[in-house]
Amino acid sequence: MSTTITESDLTTAPKRRHADTGARWAFRAAAVSTLAITVLIILTLAVDAWDFLVKLGDDEHDGLTVLWDLGWFPRRGLFDIATLVLGTLIVTGIAMIVAAPLGLGVAVYLAEYAPARFRKIVKPVIEVLAGVPSVVLGYFAIAFINPEIITRVFSGANQAFTLAAAGIAVGILTIPIIASVAEDALRAVPMSLREASYGLGAERLQSTFRVVLPAAISGIVAALILGISRAIGETMVVAIAAGAVGGGLRSYDPLQPGQTMTAAMAALGFGSDQVAGDNLAFQSLYFVGLLLFVITLLLNVASGWLVNRVREVY
Amino acid sequence: MALSTPATMGGAAARDLTAALTRRKFDLRSKVVEFVLVSAMALALLILLTLIVDLVYRSASVWSDRPWDFLTGNLNSQNAAAAGVGQAIRGTLILCVIVVVVAFPLGIACAVYLEEYAGNSRFARLTQTNVRNLAGVPSIVYGLLGLAIFVQALSGVTGGRTVFSGGLALSALVLPIVVITASEALRAVPRSIREGALGVGATQWETIRSHVLPSATPGILTGTVLSLARAAGEAAPILLVGAATGLLRTGDQGIWQQLRGPFTGLPVSIFSYARQPGQDFRSLTAAASLVLLVLVLMMNGVSIWLRNRYERKW
Repeated sequence: MSTTITESDLTTAPKRRHADTGARWAFRAAAVSTLAITVLIILTLAVDAWDFLVKLGDDEHDGLTVLWDLGWFPRRGLFDIATLVLGTLIVTGIAMIVAAPLGLGVAVYLAEYAPARFRKIVKPVIEVLAGVPSVVLGYFAIAFINPEIITRVFSGANQAFTLAAAGIAVGILTIPIIASVAEDALRAVPMSLREASYGLGAERLQSTFRVVLPAAISGIVAALILGISRAIGETMVVAIAAGAVGGGLRSYDPLQPGQTMTAAMAALGFGSDQVAGDNLAFQSLYFVGLLLFVITLLLNVASGWLVNRVREVY
Repeated sequence: MALSTPATMGGAAARDLTAALTRRKFDLRSKVVEFVLVSAMALALLILLTLIVDLVYRSASVWSDRPWDFLTGNLNSQNAAAAGVGQAIRGTLILCVIVVVVAFPLGIACAVYLEEYAGNSRFARLTQTNVRNLAGVPSIVYGLLGLAIFVQALSGVTGGRTVFSGGLALSALVLPIVVITASEALRAVPRSIREGALGVGATQWETIRSHVLPSATPGILTGTVLSLARAAGEAAPILLVGAATGLLRTGDQGIWQQLRGPFTGLPVSIFSYARQPGQDFRSLTAAASLVLLVLVLMMNGVSIWLRNRYERKW
């Protein structure tokens, strides 16, 4: 007797096939949802920011000149963006003065110098530092950094809020980010490069600074750019520690309170119930948000491009 | 002329030459550099230690006077003696539950699509780039997304400024992190596991469900718990979505009414207490920060424990 194999013997039960197709579509939908979030963010920011500019330009308001004049007083219709950008630059600059040497120092030490056992203990501690919520560091800035460090070192500093204290706290938050990206970049440098250097008689110092660091330079620059991007986007520290909640004039002094892009947004969103009707304060939130989004996106793309370059080389 | 080496010289000359070649030179420069690197490391650890000591020291009065009262009390930014973090802890836990329910399945599903289905298609590359960029978007921008989409556009579903809107904003925030970490965990599962299942006739969905996902679970859990800690510590998004910062009274309404009403979270109440002047509120802020830090570090600890406990080498 012969057995004939038909097509139905080779295809599975419809139930299993349908489950398979269903699963594929469900997973695909989940992937699409992440794209949807990006589209929604861009649409939200762009539409409301445009709305803000259009309303600002019409006859009832003072025109677009308020965007680069006087100061940031959203409740009074003065939206000087330069005030915010200046504050952000000061905070980010101070943050990088703190975070760049410390973050890179930690990275070089962990990747090139630390004994394996020590590294195993210290690495999780650095990860703990990365896990500290930003509000807690905001508190630390006003409770410790400003009174115990800033006002003691600089006699003219504001007693309660300074951009410098906020900058240092933001820097502390940025250390682990720079450290971990830079350490990855250093570890990606192949051992053979170090061995070649040792083989020629170089010591660790020379190998590290003349061979390993130059080889990992694009990853290190990427770490710094990512750090800058995080520092610019950091909100709660500046919202708590930089003062100037309602608004402020252009300030060039890091020892005085100031306003940054993110702090201004937090202040506006915080009181958004009270902002009513004709006042454009609420819409300005989206305009500043769009600016912030574009700046950080450009920095992140640049950083990602540099990281990929390291990966392609080795 | 024959080459003279220590072996050919013999006697004292050989000993001197060997000593000169193998002597450990004291190199001041490399000592200095090593010292600087160790100091960078030590300073980073010292900052963390200072932060924790400061929090414990300053919150001591709260823990000795009214620990239970504080842990169960209501949000109150006017009267420090009556203020607590009970509602805030509850709010943060509910926010975490929403993140677990929304962001985790969505993020893991997206990762499964990217790793198991999409291959190297254009759609996959687009989604990957998009997820990487989303991970770098400042958290406050997710607050704007929440405000415009979940609070305003979808107010019928979420009820406006409720814990649902806050939870959805946080879900959008951690989604890219979940996708990235889950992708890494899936990528670590060796091909042979999949081929074993496919070889005995399982469909792709059955392979994923019964082989790939169980093998990747420890890695996925590690990443998701870490992202949950991030969500618990974020203040900016829920602040913009409208978490309460002043007074919050929860009457004797049912659970559902409470969920549809105003809410707060731990990071937001820290922000709210930090803005108040006076020593009482300073201690209160420190105590609330300590509670948040313990909560977040516990989650980080669980994540590290999971990684060590189930770490698998294929």
